[in-house]
Amino acid sequence: MSDAPLSEYLLRLGDDRLVLGHRLSEWCGHGPILEEDIALANISLDLLGQASLLLHLAGQVEGEGRDEDALAYWRDETLFRNLQLVELPRGDFGFTMLRQFLFDAWSYHLLDALGRSSHADLAAIAAKALKEDRYHLRHSSEWVLRLGDGTEESHARAQAALDELWPWTGELAYQDEVDTALRARGVVPDLETLRPPWEAMVRDVLGRATLAVPSAPMRMTGGRSGRHTEYLGHLLAEMQIVARSHPGAKW
Amino acid sequence: MSDQWPLWEVFTQPADGSPHEHAGSVHAADAETALQNARDVYARRGEAVNLWVVPSAAITASSPSDAGPFFDPGNDKPYRHPQFYKVPRGVKSV
Repeated sequence: MSDAPLSEYLLRLGDDRLVLGHRLSEWCGHGPILEEDIALANISLDLLGQASLLLHLAGQVEGEGRDEDALAYWRDETLFRNLQLVELPRGDFGFTMLRQFLFDAWSYHLLDALGRSSHADLAAIAAKALKEDRYHLRHSSEWVLRLGDGTEESHARAQAALDELWPWTGELAYQDEVDTALRARGVVPDLETLRPPWEAMVRDVLGRATLAVPSAPMRMTGGRSGRHTEYLGHLLAEMQIVARSHPGAKW
Repeated sequence: MSDQWPLWEVFTQPADGSPHEHAGSVHAADAETALQNARDVYARRGEAVNLWVVPSAAITASSPSDAGPFFDPGNDKPYRHPQFYKVPRGVKSV
């Protein structure tokens, strides 16, 4: 029953959404307008829901009795498998939206491919999440257009955010032996095949937003093997403290 | 007022296909963001299958002082209401 590559892969998918969902939740009560505050919380909850399904399945596949809560609240930093992109501090609204757009566009292509997975549960979760991601992508790309092609200040902030974020997108298509093992069984797609359509979509929106795609070199990767930036530890401390202070508490 | 985005009235159509109903209003800079804000504020829990947003400025409303001349004359003419008439037996809906 235990399937190590699959549980590892599900942790990658789940942790991306758990950590990004937490970053978005930090905007709750701080959104630029009430409507956007609700929108960000809403997307955050979608991502949290996706993470919950993915981590639940990861625990099942792992077969050691860990549920989604155990995986979310009782793993330490080096056991998290998320992209470094999603753990970076939320920055200003422009940074949050540019990051969201780069991730949404990737997630859209990835979930679309995972919807055809030979693993029925994973395919079902991907199909459900894709519906949500279509909306997230619409929301974030409309903001990128308005911020990039908006005022002098919004353009400058959006461009600065993109310059800072771009090198971190190198990790999106990171693959290793986990992918190789699962690809052989038709469970997951080859991430290299997703990068060209992702980049075409991203360049189209950024171009219309009058933002220049940086040529900066990609950064080192490491999130998938538990090497993280200094920021993840702080995020997890906040996210996990209640569960760890009151183990097993119910409400 | 000048630093506020324009106001849009939101109409939602419930899942059972009944007519659009006024749900409330949102602020937004343009129609697309008004539609998205309406979705997030009024339809995020599956309350609707369709949304309309209309610039609030495009709505012409009657004023409270119109209430008398507009609406009172209907009250004393029961024959203007369908309930005034007997429905023939066997007819389920009119």
